[in-house]
Amino acid sequence: MASSDVARQPDKGVRPLSLAGHVGFDSLPDQLVNKSICQGFCFNILCIGETGIGKSTLMDTLFNTNFENFESSHFEPQVKLRAQTYDLQESNVRLRLTVVNTVGFGDQMNKQESYQPVVDYIDRQFESYLQEELKIKRSLHNYHDSRVHACLYFISPSGHSLKSLDLVTMKKLDSKVNIIPVIAKADTISKSELHKFKIKIMSELVSNGVQIYQFPLDDETVAKVNTTMNGHLPFAVVGSTEEVSVGNKMVKARQYPWGVVQVENENHCDFVKLREMLICVNMEDLREQTHTRHYELYRRCKLEEMGFKDTDPECKPVSLQQTYEAKRQEFLVELQKREDEMRQMFVQRVKEKEAELKDAERELQGRFEQLKRLHADEKAALEEKKRLFEDDQSSFSKRRAAAQLLQAQSLTANGKKDKDRKNSGFM
Amino acid sequence: MSESTKPHPQGKGEKTHVGDSSYVGIDAILEQMRRKAMKQGFEFNIMVVGQSGLGKSTLVNTLFKSKVSRKSVQPNPEERIPKTIEIKSISHDIEEKGVRMKLTVIDTPGFGDQINNENCWQPIMKFINDQYEVYLQEEININRKKRIPDSRVHCCIYFIPPTGHCLRPLDVEFMRRLSKVVNIVPVIAKADTLTLEERDYFKQTIREELRANGIDVYPQKEFDEDAEDRMINDKIREMIPFAVVGSDQEYQVNGKRILGRKTKWGTIEVENIAHCEFAYLRDLLIRTHMQNIKDITGSIHYETYRVRRLNESNIHFSRVSVLCQSKKYFPYTQDIKF
Repeated sequence: MASSDVARQPDKGVRPLSLAGHVGFDSLPDQLVNKSICQGFCFNILCIGETGIGKSTLMDTLFNTNFENFESSHFEPQVKLRAQTYDLQESNVRLRLTVVNTVGFGDQMNKQESYQPVVDYIDRQFESYLQEELKIKRSLHNYHDSRVHACLYFISPSGHSLKSLDLVTMKKLDSKVNIIPVIAKADTISKSELHKFKIKIMSELVSNGVQIYQFPLDDETVAKVNTTMNGHLPFAVVGSTEEVSVGNKMVKARQYPWGVVQVENENHCDFVKLREMLICVNMEDLREQTHTRHYELYRRCKLEEMGFKDTDPECKPVSLQQTYEAKRQEFLVELQKREDEMRQMFVQRVKEKEAELKDAERELQGRFEQLKRLHADEKAALEEKKRLFEDDQSSFSKRRAAAQLLQAQSLTANGKKDKDRKNSGFM
Repeated sequence: MSESTKPHPQGKGEKTHVGDSSYVGIDAILEQMRRKAMKQGFEFNIMVVGQSGLGKSTLVNTLFKSKVSRKSVQPNPEERIPKTIEIKSISHDIEEKGVRMKLTVIDTPGFGDQINNENCWQPIMKFINDQYEVYLQEEININRKKRIPDSRVHCCIYFIPPTGHCLRPLDVEFMRRLSKVVNIVPVIAKADTLTLEERDYFKQTIREELRANGIDVYPQKEFDEDAEDRMINDKIREMIPFAVVGSDQEYQVNGKRILGRKTKWGTIEVENIAHCEFAYLRDLLIRTHMQNIKDITGSIHYETYRVRRLNESNIHFSRVSVLCQSKKYFPYTQDIKF
């Protein structure tokens, strides 16, 4: 990679000196390595491929463990991503490995939007790193880096050429992540077909302008190995976690009635090459490329999108601060406007509601009056009836009294008449 | 890429099985890191502060076994003491066993030499903060360099004159202010004027005074990472400040050529720990703790500066991150229902 290597170019005013004795700073790389051992490492792999193409098996084989795997159905309505994190350790190196698998890739009837969830996932990881970097109080060295460092793209072993889904997806991803294409289930292709297939794939990638990850050639110790490996891309891999006895050893292999495909045999498949390139030789470079190339690109685009610039139209360097202050003012003004609008709307709503409530109140009041009047009327009527009844009652009782009196009088009158008759008889 | 000499894995994480063929190669990343570090080279910036005549330049030359100090580069026929404090930095590319380092020595002639030394720390503080500022500006650029050139002062060696009594107010003031922004390593200069008992007494007094004034010198207690670290650093803290003697002349002692100072009553061997503590200082600064010094500068002092600076100038980058999710904030398109 072309880098502005500060130490390489002689600065003005920096003189090369020779030392007269052993100073001891040659232990610096050791100090650095020790610190990294204490901190641990982080590596994130994204596996894209159709359902059932062997992504999980290959991960198991690569890292020699049994990750929890679910068999997914072929009926997923949308492409989803499933990320799982594991802590692995080998001698004194601790690795936090995150394996992200696509679920349902290539299963839908309409595959136009298949790449979108993958792109979104990668962008989300960049975004959260950017957020952390822009925080005021940040802790970058403690931060669990979830950015995708390597993307293994699984190509179906059709033997002909790349599918258009493959091309579209890889084109969308090549500026965001290091793509390493692999041919899955390579034991279904014969040697000659494989050779033609690889050539066809590489030429299609080149003609479509897809930039896959090239193993770095700038370090002399690994340049030779990397150049050879670059010529073997894409790697044709076979994955297997089952062991079969071959000769007098147990090896990882797939057993068929016609023979045994050994995973770690270089004549049978390129698995060993993949493992060597991915893990043993270039893991650090993959991480570095992700950080210095893909992440920087994302960051630049994101900040430019928000309107930040390093230089304004007159090509004078504008500090981030000035741009930011301007943006902030705009934002605050906008916020204020929105707030005012909201307040007005609120006030209006309140008024409307108040009016409604007042109407309701008035109506209720009216009803109440009416009911009261009705009640009063009824009461009056009842009073009237009561009075009449009492009149009736009193007249009745008068009449009764009169009748009784009359009766009493008539009795006494009769008695008196008798008496009178009696008395008159004597006269 | 040599694989045959790799050790067999002792065991792995959660879901594993151990066998001879279970080597994955994860530990090869250490080798990859080492290669990358060697290719990139290292940077180290060291500042020396102290009154003139305390042997700062000589000590730096002795530390790096070559003429790295300002005096060696710009020889002045007459040594004049500057009227104000100047800050002069010289950079060198040095290499040892394939490891390349860009060493910058920052000298502060004039410190403590005036009659009125109030505020003599200010130019130094300003210089250190300026380096942080340059780094910060580069870091918040949109188009930033692949490797931001690190000119931040990693370590400041403060020279205490060998009075044998206690720290002077100038020393206390300076160290108190600067220990908050940079890693300070105090040393007793020209320690060959003190006997061993005087030296021990002086050191003890200094340590007490540092403690009493709340001055945290390197290695700071609060940044010890684990028990092992604390043990190692406690041993170092018991020896601070180092009593050093510097020399760039070699003499024949016992058939060997050794750096030393020859006097009528004997030759002081600089690298002999029975004579002075230069070897401890060199081991601390270069052989064991250099990376740690750089880390503390980067992750703690620089971050403190950054927090303060961002808060001051009201660049709330948390607001920037809010703007990033501006979709959430801008359209209030729904009516508010009551």
